[in-house]
Amino acid sequence: MPWRQYRGPRLWIVLSPKWQSARARLHQQRAGAGPRFVLLSLLALGFWSAVFGIVYRVLRYFRAVAEIGDLLATKLLGLVLLAFSSILLLSNVITALSSFFLAKDLDLLAASPVHSIRFYLAKVTETLLHSSWMVALLAVPLFAAYGIVYHGGPLWPLAVLAAFIPFLLLPTVIGTALTLLLVNIVPARRAKELLSLIAIGAIASVVLVLRVAQPEQLVRPEGFRSLADFISMLQAPTNPWLPSEWAMRTLMNWLLRVADPKPLVLLWGASAIGLGVGSILYRKLYRKAFSKAQESARVTAGGRWTTALEAMLRWLPADRREFILKDTRLFFRDPTQWSQLILLAVLIVVYLFNIQALPLFSGERFPASVLSLVVFLNLGLAGFVLAAVAARFLFPSVSLEGRQMWLLRSSPLDLRAMLWSKYWIGTVPLLVLAVVMTTVTNLILKASPFMTAISLVTMIVFTLAASALALSFGAFYPRFDTENAAQIPTSFGGLVYMMASVTLLALVIILEAPAVAAQLWAEQRGDVVAWDPWVAVSLAGASALCITAMLLSLRLALGRVQRLEL
Amino acid sequence: MITLTGLTKLYGKFKAVDGIELTVPKGELFGFLGPNGAGKTTTFRMIAGIIVPTAGRIEIGGVDLARQPLVAKRRLGYIPDRPFVYDKITGAEFLRFVAALYNAEDASLERRIDELLDVFELTPWKHELTESYSHGMRQKLIIAGALIHRPEVIVVDEPMVGLDPKGARLLKDLFRRYVKRGGTILMSTHTLEVAESMCDRIAIMQSGRILASGTMDELRLQTASGDASLEDLFLRLTGGFRERQLDTILGP
Repeated sequence: MPWRQYRGPRLWIVLSPKWQSARARLHQQRAGAGPRFVLLSLLALGFWSAVFGIVYRVLRYFRAVAEIGDLLATKLLGLVLLAFSSILLLSNVITALSSFFLAKDLDLLAASPVHSIRFYLAKVTETLLHSSWMVALLAVPLFAAYGIVYHGGPLWPLAVLAAFIPFLLLPTVIGTALTLLLVNIVPARRAKELLSLIAIGAIASVVLVLRVAQPEQLVRPEGFRSLADFISMLQAPTNPWLPSEWAMRTLMNWLLRVADPKPLVLLWGASAIGLGVGSILYRKLYRKAFSKAQESARVTAGGRWTTALEAMLRWLPADRREFILKDTRLFFRDPTQWSQLILLAVLIVVYLFNIQALPLFSGERFPASVLSLVVFLNLGLAGFVLAAVAARFLFPSVSLEGRQMWLLRSSPLDLRAMLWSKYWIGTVPLLVLAVVMTTVTNLILKASPFMTAISLVTMIVFTLAASALALSFGAFYPRFDTENAAQIPTSFGGLVYMMASVTLLALVIILEAPAVAAQLWAEQRGDVVAWDPWVAVSLAGASALCITAMLLSLRLALGRVQRLEL
Repeated sequence: MITLTGLTKLYGKFKAVDGIELTVPKGELFGFLGPNGAGKTTTFRMIAGIIVPTAGRIEIGGVDLARQPLVAKRRLGYIPDRPFVYDKITGAEFLRFVAALYNAEDASLERRIDELLDVFELTPWKHELTESYSHGMRQKLIIAGALIHRPEVIVVDEPMVGLDPKGARLLKDLFRRYVKRGGTILMSTHTLEVAESMCDRIAIMQSGRILASGTMDELRLQTASGDASLEDLFLRLTGGFRERQLDTILGP
């Protein structure tokens, strides 16, 4: 072939290592972890069934409502697609940064004679698949429910594909273009940290705004001025220029048998234009941005606060002190780690807001025993929140040693010291959180001193156990290959940990429930309230269970870390 | 001194290291050579206590690594082939952390950190996060970390990779002096000139076994190679390539 006509390898060749790797990974997972595959499949199936069931019931209900039923279904689809769009845009910007600027295959591809357009298309495809697979999977039961309720017919899946492919492609080309522009201004590594911070800030704000807006008030009939107002509000498009609106119109046109190809044309047209503009931007900006991404700026560390912490920890043995200092520095200097605190803060605010929004003290007065029961149920919820926080902050701690484990394993460090430091560095803030959260919610609920005492003791012992479980499961299911701490708890091990800690929480509540209920009924009857010895026995039983779980977990974690082969 | 007795490592049915017997006395720089996948790094990682042998015994300075791991490790400095360090801590913080791991904290620690950073020309980067270090700078930082507790034995896997000529020369001088003062070094390298010029004795390893070991003269004698260079000895023992194969891959 004459060299002047040579246009480099075809797109599928550039992409082949990706699908070959995916195939190999799938094969490995199937071959090496049968029970894990079965468990994950069952969970996915359960989740899909639940989403399908809820959407199906809601749509059936809407269809039964005269006049506004179809409008409500249309609005619901529009809202869901709008939420998908926002998630996809954020996810694409972050994924494009990895696939275009930080991926391991970039040097190889950049040095090989791959045509620039094919390189761009290959990376766009990679970005699209990595950022959109979760949304696509989530959409399957949603579209299935719409198709069944509205009798979409056998060609409904094709109609969905025709609308959904450009719907996924548009955020990818926009996200890629934004990333190209951003990396021309900020170095790639900094941009990654900045973006994860922005993403978390955005998610936190949306959650907070949605909760504080009290959407439950919308379903109160006194909220509507007139039916006409309501219908006109439903009929108005959210924004006629949003791709989610075009996708929603395309799909609802199919379901409601409306012959209007305009939204579909807009979707595909915008995607084609987006790809064209994106490829031009790529040709203009990528080489410069890629070179810039290879440069590493000198980064100096601020150390005044660590000096203060060092002085506070002087009393500890050197290895434990340095371990705590090292982990604290790594945590607060890495925005992908500390930014999770923002989400945690939002989670707690929403939780406290929910407790305060309970209609316990408005209108009819509830008996004291009901309030005590609510306080007791609150224990379960608070325990779940604490277990989730431990999953986020303690579960990844062994994995985060990752490629540096050679240093710890080759040094005379007693691995007990490592686990000890990691356990307490995570558990102390968690204990503070447990005590503050339990006390504040009990105050809001005007709980009796009896119930507050029970709650506090239970939460403290459960926190000690949940932390140890998180550390231990993190050691048994380490993810040394990932650099992003936020991804570690979402692994299979993280799921197993959550199941284990929720089981422990359930056992604790089951142990305490009979004696506490007896005490509450005594209060209800107006008997003289004295400490029932059974309450003390059940509390001691729950505490013993938690302490045993803690000690056993830490012991197993130590054995596991000692045996880890890297 | 390092003593390996019947050291074996199995990965499933694959024998990565197969019954190695070796003694490296005090004051010796011992070179470990072998093709890729020969089992050198696995052997070194077992000596460093990172992975556990399937069978056999490792003694460091006369201390059994399996029985008294902390005492044995205290005497050892390990330099891995890939310089992975924590990204978000500075060079000085890393050295302070390593010193604490080896319980080598004393009044002179800060001075020692400064000296080590100075020797490896990292002083201007002392307070920079290691994420901004180059590969060679990370390698130098890890070497400094391995020396901070003044070990009796150093196990070093491919030390020259990533170092500039000045850094490589510094390391050669440093290792020679260390050995002259009674230290023991077990070093693996693919640079045969480095092995030939630096090592007192050399072992050539393949498929998990030591094929030959000794001084250069002893190796020549064992393989009946006259005055062959180390490169020729190495290729004779491990199997070279045929000229026809080269012609095939280079084309007409």
